[in-house]
Amino acid sequence: MLKLILRRLVQMVLIMAVSSLLLFAIFDTPEFKKRLAVQELGGFAVSALTEESYKSWLAARGLDVPFYQRYANWVGNILSGDLGFSYEKNRPVGPLLADRLANTGILAFFVFALMIPLSLILGILAGMKEGSLQDRSISFISVLTTSIPEIASAILLTVIFALGLGWLPVKSAMIGGFSFRELILPVLTLVIYDFGYVARMTRASMAEVMTSQYIRTAILKGLPYRRVVMRHALRNALIAPFTLIVLQLNWLLSGVVVVEVFFEYDGFGKLLLEAALFPDVEVVQACTLVAVAVAVLSQIISDIGYTFLNPRIRFA
Amino acid sequence: MSDHAAEQVPVLECRNLCISYYTRAGEIPAVVDFNLKLMPGEAHGIVGESGCGKSTVALAIMQYMGKNGAIVGGEILFEGRDMRQMSEEELRQIRGSRIAMVYQEPMASLNPSMTIGDQLVEVPIYHDGLSEQEALARAEEMLAKVRLPDPKRILASYPHQISGGQQQRVVIAMALLSNPRLLLLDEPTTALDVTVEAGIVDLINEIAEEFGTSMIYISHNLGLILETCDRLTVMYSGEAVEVGDIHDVFEEMRHPYTRGLFGSIPLPGADKNAHPLVAIPGQLPLPHERPEGCNFGPRCTFFRDGLCNVGRLPMHAVPGDDDHKVRCERFQEIDWDRDLPKGEAKPPVEAGGTVLSVEDMTKHYLIEDGGLFVRGGERVVKANEKLSFTAREAETVAIVGESGCGKSTFAKVLMGLEDATDGKVMLGNVELGDLPVERRNAETISKLQMVFQNPFDTLNPSHSVGSQIARVIRKFGVASKDEEVEEIVFRLLDTVKLPRDFARRKPRQLSGGQKQRVGIARAFAGNPKVVIADEPVSALDVSVQAAVTELLMDIQRQNRTTMLFISHDLSVVRYLADRVVVMYLGRIMEQGTTEDIFAPPYHPYTEALLAAVPIADTRIEKRHIVLKGEIPSPTNPPKGCPFSTRCPYMMPGTCDVELPPLRSFGGGHRILCHLDPAELTAMEPVIKPKTEAAERL
Ligand SMILES: Nc1ncnc2c1ncn2[C@@H]1O[C@H](COP(=O)(O)OP(=O)(O)OP(=O)(O)O)[C@@H](O)[C@H]1O
Ligand code: SF4
Ligand code: SF4
Ligand SMILES: [Mg+2]
Repeated sequence: MLKLILRRLVQMVLIMAVSSLLLFAIFDTPEFKKRLAVQELGGFAVSALTEESYKSWLAARGLDVPFYQRYANWVGNILSGDLGFSYEKNRPVGPLLADRLANTGILAFFVFALMIPLSLILGILAGMKEGSLQDRSISFISVLTTSIPEIASAILLTVIFALGLGWLPVKSAMIGGFSFRELILPVLTLVIYDFGYVARMTRASMAEVMTSQYIRTAILKGLPYRRVVMRHALRNALIAPFTLIVLQLNWLLSGVVVVEVFFEYDGFGKLLLEAALFPDVEVVQACTLVAVAVAVLSQIISDIGYTFLNPRIRFA
Repeated sequence: MSDHAAEQVPVLECRNLCISYYTRAGEIPAVVDFNLKLMPGEAHGIVGESGCGKSTVALAIMQYMGKNGAIVGGEILFEGRDMRQMSEEELRQIRGSRIAMVYQEPMASLNPSMTIGDQLVEVPIYHDGLSEQEALARAEEMLAKVRLPDPKRILASYPHQISGGQQQRVVIAMALLSNPRLLLLDEPTTALDVTVEAGIVDLINEIAEEFGTSMIYISHNLGLILETCDRLTVMYSGEAVEVGDIHDVFEEMRHPYTRGLFGSIPLPGADKNAHPLVAIPGQLPLPHERPEGCNFGPRCTFFRDGLCNVGRLPMHAVPGDDDHKVRCERFQEIDWDRDLPKGEAKPPVEAGGTVLSVEDMTKHYLIEDGGLFVRGGERVVKANEKLSFTAREAETVAIVGESGCGKSTFAKVLMGLEDATDGKVMLGNVELGDLPVERRNAETISKLQMVFQNPFDTLNPSHSVGSQIARVIRKFGVASKDEEVEEIVFRLLDTVKLPRDFARRKPRQLSGGQKQRVGIARAFAGNPKVVIADEPVSALDVSVQAAVTELLMDIQRQNRTTMLFISHDLSVVRYLADRVVVMYLGRIMEQGTTEDIFAPPYHPYTEALLAAVPIADTRIEKRHIVLKGEIPSPTNPPKGCPFSTRCPYMMPGTCDVELPPLRSFGGGHRILCHLDPAELTAMEPVIKPKTEAAERL
């Protein structure tokens, strides 16, 4: 197990190195540099810019230094804890990233807090009696909600609860500080989109467990049905969904841009999108590192969790 | 006792029970018109081949029919009350407390994520209202009763942490916890090794005596039924065909199917030359393709048109016997001695020169171990350790042993799928030990062919049978012209007794026995010198096993092929082998001619193995030897003699320290043991005919 974790960590560092190198190379092309100058100095300024003053801008930004040297510098900075500077937001990347990650964390927390119990309970109820009416209705709802794009349900929810009933605010920019009410619509949108997927996986896993021989043993031991489900089936049925849920972290980190942008919620995804469009090189770089780290860490967590939930591996 | 019996209420009674499954293809009648009466303390056996409905009966008694099964007719009375009228709650109170069940696959029947203790205490807690502490104490007591060593440790273990035999003891303990009136045992030892099986059978017999539990014992093995039961039902294709007292049925069976079954299993005295087995022709009908009238009709020698194929046949009582019934219209007219087909005696085959010689062949595997967070080192699994033997032309050498003894590893080295770690394997004058299959030329490969245990996954499902055989013929250069190849394919199909138009069929259109015939045809297509048969019939139905075995031997006889027959079944080995190699934990413990192996001097392991094999013959007496414990893991074999942890003759200080010497008894009979040759020679025969005195009783 330790070996596996180590291997994953090495893997993580490798992916980080490769992806950052790639990004660096892309942003090093003359076209990109030009674009950066346009963004920073304004369009007119560039067209009026002499070759010389463009050069001096490059020098001022440190962009005239050869590629490998800048990459080495950047790596050195990262290692010493300096993530660089955002020219777009005019702030050091470190605190900026921390803010946005905190926001995404809050969002993810509430999405999980709602989605996990909902989807597990529905999945278990459906898988417990495969083919029953309760199974078929839950499966139908799950498929339906998952197939509606996030943007559609975002619009629908806004129209109903914000514009129509006026219960909730339209946007979630949180200009006046953290507001729980502003969080509700984005969380709901994401939960509606996601719970069906997890519920269906849980259902499949539960249905398989319910047809296993040890469940037959438990029933023929004369245990009450409740006990069979709660004590014998549940734990074995939850192993697969657990893994899946942990991996949802990646999606919540960078896969929910649409929802963040729509509700103007300042999360990690929105930061990444803005930085990429600008292009705010050092922010993009830092975000990529974080995304890779989260991806690998969630993989490690799900591996460890799987081992702990599964005594066959734990006590091999 | 007998006037008492008249007043007793049967523990269980099935009356005209009919059970069906509903599938997309429609209703499948799995069991039809099943009757059974089980008195207190009685043990009733149900034998039959796979698919005949044995487990369906057991699960119906439990009223657990799954999603698509249903009892469509008849009654099941438990202690006089119809179980079909009971509510869910009443059933729940009976299940696990009054009626308990033991299953075929112990590992799959235990919950992998609960400790054994947790799974055991549930029974007394839910049925007898015991507290957790009391329940735990009772569970521990019960584990000791089923003779599990160190019950405390077992209680705290998860199922995968104990061996298969121990798991089955746990399942039996679980079934006994509430002292049930009725115990259903569904093939309780099929997944276990013979020596472990013998221990479980012993335990079951003791339980019956001590607790007076009534039992229904389901098995496909007639020998096991003889060792455990008082009465017996023989089932064929969803119906009971013969019911009666175990001695009546074993000594004077009246149904042609029962006769055929006994004729096709190798009992002591059967001999491949003088008294060959008689196979039942044909194969089991599918449930929805059963014939009109007698289900056995199409395979029956005594079939009479207009009598056997009309309506539903009833059971007839056999006059003179006690409650002995058979479902055959002609049972009183049949003259067995005159009309029963007998095997033709064949002259013995002279063995030729040495074809295969194995010298100190050794195969070690390196495995990595390691727990959750600790780095593990590497360990060596000694799968084969210094194997030496030879096989001659036209000879059958059987390699016998239980799981983990290294039989399959040996086959893999021969086939070139694994490299030998050390030693020599010579086929003619080609050294095979470190010649992987990719580096072998077509000639060497064609000389050595294999028939696999499982015919279901060795044929390519998308090619026709004919083209698969033809490929082998071309590959080994037997013929290349299309007409010639086709001719050979047809001839091979004739040899394995399959119709020629089967060449165009796809494997899925064949039954298990037919697939195995194709497997044999393919193995013999390249005119091999040596054929390795790895448990070639153990995946097949009992009634087709004999046919496939006979066929294999006929072809071998014609082609003077050397056969290495890998098996765990000593009865088959005794029947067909010329010489036997007995393996245990990667080593050869004993080898010699078949007569040498089955008569003293024995290796202590061979002796126990012989005593463990159930024999379906009431005229035979067996010595009772039950080994303690389980087969050790090959990753961690005992020091000294590999058998020392279980051997009844173990001499502390010698056997568990030093590797035993190889003792020769002449004629190639060799035994690896510390015991004095005189002591080995003085052993009593394990199997012998019952003495006159015993017969008079
Ligand atoms: N590829 C492998 N790597 C590690 N160990 C192996 C490998 N193949 C076989 N073994 C081990 O070698 C030992 C002998 O295996 P083998 O399969 O030959 O036993 P067997 O007699 O055929 O048993 P069974 O009758 O149950 O099939 C076993 O303990 C097995 O776990
Ligand atoms: S009823 Fe006829 S076909 Fe059936 S077993 Fe008896 S003799 Fe054979
Ligand atoms: S060497 Fe000892 S332990 Fe091994 S078989 Fe002989 S008597 Fe038994
Ligand atoms: Mg094997």
